[in-house]
Amino acid sequence: MEFGFTTAAYVVAAVLFILSLGGLSGQESAKRAVWYGIVGMALAVFATLVGPGAGLWFLSLVLIAGGGAIGYLVATRVQMTEMPQLVAAMHSLVGLAAVFVGLIAHIELGRVMGMDHATRATLDGFAGLLAHKSGVEINILRVELFLGVFIGAVTFTGSVVAYGKLAGKLSSNANKLPGGHMLNAGAAALSVICLIWYFNTGGFLPLFIMTLAALFIGYHLIMGIGGADMPVVVSMLNSYSGWAAAAIGFSLGNDLLIVVGALVGSSGAILSYIMCKAMNRSFVSVILGGFGGTTGPQMEVEGEQIAIDADGVASALNEADSVIIVPGYGMAVAQAQAAVSELTNKLRAKGKNVRFAIHPVAGRLPGHMNVLLAEAKVPYDIVMEMDEINEDFPTTDVVIVIGSNDIVNPAAQEDPNSPIAGMPVLEVWKAKQVFVSKRGQGTGYSGIENPLFYKENTRMFYGDAKDSVNALLPKID
Amino acid sequence: MLRLCCVLLGLTRRQNFDWGKEEKFVKIGVPKELFEGEARVALTPDSAKQLQKLGYDCVIETGAGTLAGFADKDYKEAGVEVVKTAAALWKAAEIVAKVRQPNEAELKRLTKGKTLISFFNPAANDAGMEAAKAKGANVIAMEMVPRISRAQKMDALSSMANIAGYRAVIEASNNFGRFFTGQITAAGKVPPAKVLVVGAGVAGLAAIGTSTSLGAITYAFDVRPEVAEQVESMGAEFVYLDFEEEQADGAATGGYAAVSSPEFREAQLAKFLELAPEVDIVITTALIPNREAPELWTAEMVAAMKPGSVIVDLAAEKGGNCKLTVMDEKIVTENGVTIVGYTDFPSRMASQASTLYSTNIRHMLTDLTPDKDGQINHNMEDDVIRGATVTFEGEITFPPPPPKIKAIAAKPKEVVPELTPEEKRAAEKATFKAQTKQQVTLLAVGGALLLAVGLVAPASFMQHFIVFVLSVFIGFQVIWGVAHSLHTPLMAVTNAISSIIILGALMQIGSGSFLVILLASVSVFMAGINIFGGFLVTRRMLAMFQKS
Repeated sequence: MEFGFTTAAYVVAAVLFILSLGGLSGQESAKRAVWYGIVGMALAVFATLVGPGAGLWFLSLVLIAGGGAIGYLVATRVQMTEMPQLVAAMHSLVGLAAVFVGLIAHIELGRVMGMDHATRATLDGFAGLLAHKSGVEINILRVELFLGVFIGAVTFTGSVVAYGKLAGKLSSNANKLPGGHMLNAGAAALSVICLIWYFNTGGFLPLFIMTLAALFIGYHLIMGIGGADMPVVVSMLNSYSGWAAAAIGFSLGNDLLIVVGALVGSSGAILSYIMCKAMNRSFVSVILGGFGGTTGPQMEVEGEQIAIDADGVASALNEADSVIIVPGYGMAVAQAQAAVSELTNKLRAKGKNVRFAIHPVAGRLPGHMNVLLAEAKVPYDIVMEMDEINEDFPTTDVVIVIGSNDIVNPAAQEDPNSPIAGMPVLEVWKAKQVFVSKRGQGTGYSGIENPLFYKENTRMFYGDAKDSVNALLPKID
Repeated sequence: MLRLCCVLLGLTRRQNFDWGKEEKFVKIGVPKELFEGEARVALTPDSAKQLQKLGYDCVIETGAGTLAGFADKDYKEAGVEVVKTAAALWKAAEIVAKVRQPNEAELKRLTKGKTLISFFNPAANDAGMEAAKAKGANVIAMEMVPRISRAQKMDALSSMANIAGYRAVIEASNNFGRFFTGQITAAGKVPPAKVLVVGAGVAGLAAIGTSTSLGAITYAFDVRPEVAEQVESMGAEFVYLDFEEEQADGAATGGYAAVSSPEFREAQLAKFLELAPEVDIVITTALIPNREAPELWTAEMVAAMKPGSVIVDLAAEKGGNCKLTVMDEKIVTENGVTIVGYTDFPSRMASQASTLYSTNIRHMLTDLTPDKDGQINHNMEDDVIRGATVTFEGEITFPPPPPKIKAIAAKPKEVVPELTPEEKRAAEKATFKAQTKQQVTLLAVGGALLLAVGLVAPASFMQHFIVFVLSVFIGFQVIWGVAHSLHTPLMAVTNAISSIIILGALMQIGSGSFLVILLASVSVFMAGINIFGGFLVTRRMLAMFQKS
């Protein structure tokens, strides 16, 4: 088929992809938007298969079908609480694919360069594309594929580590090898040297050394970031997988790859930005791991944590008119979303105004809580963002905090010396009564005391979140 | 459910007795009130059931609840032991709860280790405290419960004040010859009554609520301007004075009003005099702790009122906010104004008052029994318990140290100065300029970089590069519009479409060596997983989002 057809198909596919991302602005339009994405992808694959340069299309189809079958199985079986690790695992696949495609480009380039002019002219397909490049273009190509492999390799190991941490297979603490960020800087410097070396010689060795260095950077960088910063990490890796695709697109001269790579890259970058802003931390400080230095002693927390049992919480709920539930990662860990949903239904059936307040970084993935609540059939129009609901806390009778800590910490506003000072938080303490469902008396991820737990209108409802909420259910009447 | 629990609990208790484990349950006793005309009682059948859950046994003197509408039979049904005489009750009970300050005879019945929970008026009851101290009894004075949020549930003063406020309006209505609400009937027009409530504490607010719900036009005044919001929320109009003075923060005095300056008082009296001919009913509730009640409604004002008007003075016990008030009596002045000076409003609603008071007592005992094992743990480290205790283990512990936590009061709102239109416009202009500047700088830097790249890069590269830059631009524009709640589906979908890298592998798979085919095949395979997995999981997630 003609080259023109492929290009036309790519244009249509690109438009469909843009529409599919744009459609995510609302719940209803999103359902349609996914189909745009699917059609766009099908069109792009079809056009490539019939277009110039492709060969072995039967093998390709078989491989796609095989991968598709696995993808189908995974997608239908995955639990919604496992979403973060699934996303991370998928990023690693894209990263690895980018590394492979980059390596192939290198091998082909070497083969084509070894031929004389006459043979080159007879080449078709990908090799033919390479054969027509001039000297400067070859050099640029080297830089592009080098970058593609680098970003792809960082994405690969980074995502694997993120997967391990999210799935609980690795400790979610921030671990660094001795040497810390100097090791990363060293590996990065090594990569730059390799780039210059590769640019001048085109040999395989510098590419190989760089790949190892990049794999190490990905591993070590993400190992040094703690569990609660994972929303930023996952969206950053999302962004990287896009940039890797874009870099490969440059080296292959494929505009669709560039367009999609750029879309995905900017999407991930924006998500990272939103997450960082919600934690009031700079991107750099998240990536470097741990919390920044404090400027003075933290405020002393006075008072005591007062426990309460299910009877007390239930009677307060029975008397309340308006209730706000603030879920956090603890709810996901305890798989309490179904119980919470049932509690919501019971309270709503009694005519109470029940709403959910979601902090942007609640959970381990951007929008994690929304998905969990949606799975448990909580209607999305009572699930509010922080900015929508923060002003309503003073007029709320009861707030139930389930498994979140730092995002409801008043120290962020009251204590200028707190490590999380200035971070936007849900102002739950302004409500008439606050119940905190929590496993024990420990501190949150950031390791700072939460003065909320010591407030006069706060009661601690200790125990596993799921068991606690289930204990409440029969008492709501 | 509740009843079942009680039965179960009861069973285990009996069994304990049967097995002869020498476990004796602590008894809470409630005697009949001795004060003349007092109808309240400190225990109701309901509160008895709750106390039994804490592991206590309850015992009551016969007839103690009759005046409040609770018969001995009701108590027996709730598992309360009824004894014939006060002497037997005081002997049997280790904890005695009552309403009124105990008299001498009752104090004599205290013994070492007994706990008495009651109103005690410790500030003016040195003799009582000495007697309790001499006996070695622990006395908890209900009026001393600190005014902090945690202790609200045992704040008996507030629950009694609430009743007094309600009852004051009812008494006023009883003595007032007209409707409260305005009506236009076939037989003529009835103007609505005008009610002025002075002092917007608990009693005042209850009075305001009752009065507005009866349909009267209600005004309210308080020396603490910060309560204006509460007054307005109850449906009354707050009476503001033309007076500029920083009022003392109510929080410093535990939420009570402080004494006001002479100038302020003058302005206030002038305002009241202005209101006096208009209003039909005045309810005064102004009390300052441990002082004589301030005179707010002078004889001059009473004289200015219309005949048939009613004044209810809730401060009668402390001399009255109106000096014409006679304690415990209702009088009518020469110009036909009725002044009610009763001091026993809660007792006049004995059933309601007993229910609330016994709940306060029950909450106090809940805090005294943290383990719910029927054993008192008189924790003097606890702010609330420490504050309310006036004698403990042979020592007078009154007055208590100031509570660690102060009463919460709204901080005066910081007034943001209203901007003039010119200032607003100037501010808008400035932000617009700053934004323009920022955008222009960004564009200039970006453009310069692009041009610099264009100078060295070949044309074929620049073609792709333009596509790239535009795509990033579109990406930024589109993604900002994505709903926060859909961020996870967004990640899944971008994941799926970033598998577009499959195109690269597909283009390469046909050319070259075995190694190339192998690597390309693996890439195609992995991208295949991603495409299907990503899209399917996105669809699954989106299908779950439902509207209510």
